[in-house]
Amino acid sequence: MKQILLRHAAGTPTFEQYRAEGGFNALKKALQEMSPEDVQQAVIDSGLRGRGGAGFPTGKKWSFVPRNLPGPRYLICNCDEMEPGTYKDRVLLENNPYLLIEGIILACYALQAEHAFIFIRRGYEKAAGYLQKGLTEAGQAGFLGKNILSSGFNLELGLHQSAGRYICGEETALINALEGVRANPRAKPPFPAVKGLWGQPSVVNNVETLTNIPAIVNHGAAWWKGLAATPEAAGTKLFCISGHVQTPECFELPLGIRLGEIIDGPCGGMRPGSEFKACIPGGASTPFLTKEHWDVSMDFDPVVKAGSRLGTGGIIVFDQNTCMVAATLNLTRFFARESCGWCTPCREGLPFVQHTLQKIEQGQGSVEDINILQEHVHYLNYAFCALAPGAMGPVEGLLRLFDDELRAHISDRSCPFTG
Amino acid sequence: MIPETLRMKLESRVKQAVTPREASVDVMKELQAHYGWLSDEALASTAELLGLSTLQVEELATFYEMIFRRPVGRTVIHVCDSVSCWSMGGESLMQHLERVLAVRLGETTADNAITLLPCSCLGNCGDAPSIMIGEQLYGRVTPQQASQIVNQKLM
Ligand SMILES: Cc1cc2nc3c(=O)[nH]c(=O)nc-3n(C[C@H](O)[C@H](O)[C@H](O)COP(=O)(O)O)c2cc1C
Ligand code: SF4
Ligand code: FES
Repeated sequence: MKQILLRHAAGTPTFEQYRAEGGFNALKKALQEMSPEDVQQAVIDSGLRGRGGAGFPTGKKWSFVPRNLPGPRYLICNCDEMEPGTYKDRVLLENNPYLLIEGIILACYALQAEHAFIFIRRGYEKAAGYLQKGLTEAGQAGFLGKNILSSGFNLELGLHQSAGRYICGEETALINALEGVRANPRAKPPFPAVKGLWGQPSVVNNVETLTNIPAIVNHGAAWWKGLAATPEAAGTKLFCISGHVQTPECFELPLGIRLGEIIDGPCGGMRPGSEFKACIPGGASTPFLTKEHWDVSMDFDPVVKAGSRLGTGGIIVFDQNTCMVAATLNLTRFFARESCGWCTPCREGLPFVQHTLQKIEQGQGSVEDINILQEHVHYLNYAFCALAPGAMGPVEGLLRLFDDELRAHISDRSCPFTG
Repeated sequence: MIPETLRMKLESRVKQAVTPREASVDVMKELQAHYGWLSDEALASTAELLGLSTLQVEELATFYEMIFRRPVGRTVIHVCDSVSCWSMGGESLMQHLERVLAVRLGETTADNAITLLPCSCLGNCGDAPSIMIGEQLYGRVTPQQASQIVNQKLM
């Protein structure tokens, strides 16, 4: 299978090696032969959709940025990656930090943004070290700074290391974090594209999203789109797998590949003694899929049709011995703890949902608790940002797909899996 | 009092920032590295360096998982308790570490060597269960390995 993002799996290239194999050729091509509008159009034509979780079309997001406002424009690369089950951006950066740097320069050229930041989570010190070194090398080679490759285009690219908090990945909270303000989300609208970092037009894109840009510019939108497994999908996708499979690793696969093909293919099937029961398809905020979804095409729209979301591509696989109530409780505890506390439904609601699930898991729940959970799936849509509705993703999946398991906890007055 | 060299380093970091606040996480981290935790004195120095009130810095300091507003041991062990690690035996690993270190989660060993803390996903879910000691990540940690690492590295 074609490897674009992870083609250096054998070992991280040096700056010289990356250049020798054609690295930064896309940048040269863009600066010498393409206008900023051409680059944006190529990204629109490629069908690239954001890899950070929401799947928003990247070129379209760029097109929302007004080009006529005074003052700077910013691009922010989101490498907060704290959604449980998600580790693709770390693998990607440890494989090759230069691809991201080239992608960011290209995106900034398209946006005519002269300032950019990479926002990276705590715990990714190795990747941050690679990036810091890469930024210095790219600067020395004249790919960053003033008048890049004599094109008249300037770019300053900085690295911001965070200190650990999931909400910092939400784009408006991230902007506050970058400014050094407590990282609560901001109201939208105004959207960051119009009023973002320091009140200026700003684009926030995920690491994987931006890393795809060099290949799109080099090989053309149609070629890149054709890398997918289905005509509707576009490009390749990083799927990072964890849980009860034989080989839980990060793989670059055609977008639109079937769920079962991923698990039986690169993952090597389930580990000995394990049978597939359910999985989370795209990071902790996405509802479960079960065996009945084995053939779902892992692409944005088909996964939504199957009742979940493609999310980040972080697939967490559970076997027959997993208690789905306990799994959901673990997920809910994460979100309750990571709630930023800004709005009441989330700050108060998530601990209550956690408490309710805990009661059921410990055999002290009642049928009424199921209704309470159901109501909260609805109520938490009224929270201030997408964290709380995301938190209810697994709960909604539990209620819809594992009603029997929930009721067994209640009628047996104990967890059927641990007794 | 912070040493003069550290003060100068931090002042130059603040000068490079777009606005002084932008450097706040970096400054808190550096001062925490110096004091071992973000003590009241470190908090006051941060405020002074950034031109903020101590309350404004407190608002930031209490927000982040990696900024410690209470004393911690010389080394902090973070044990991931998110879902992939949970599915691969993270809870028993956690209990094992509590036994080996004779502390409960959130506590520091009597000799002040180690603080044991739970944490959210470390981005190492394929190699679950994961722990982080200082800035060093360990994956696929069995209870036996955890004992070994603790004995070799820290005790
Ligand atoms: C609670 C929360 C956490 C998020 N964390 C991340 C993250 O760590 N990385 C990321 O790229 N996007 C994250 N997002 C999505 C971002 O808000 C934003 O949509 C994304 O960075 C846009 O990039 P894309 O269009 O390239 O996907 C998060 C969203 C929410 C609501
Ligand atoms: S939904 Fe949760 S994370 Fe989002 S603003 Fe409200 S409290 Fe903060
Ligand atoms: S869930 Fe433990 S490292 Fe991601």
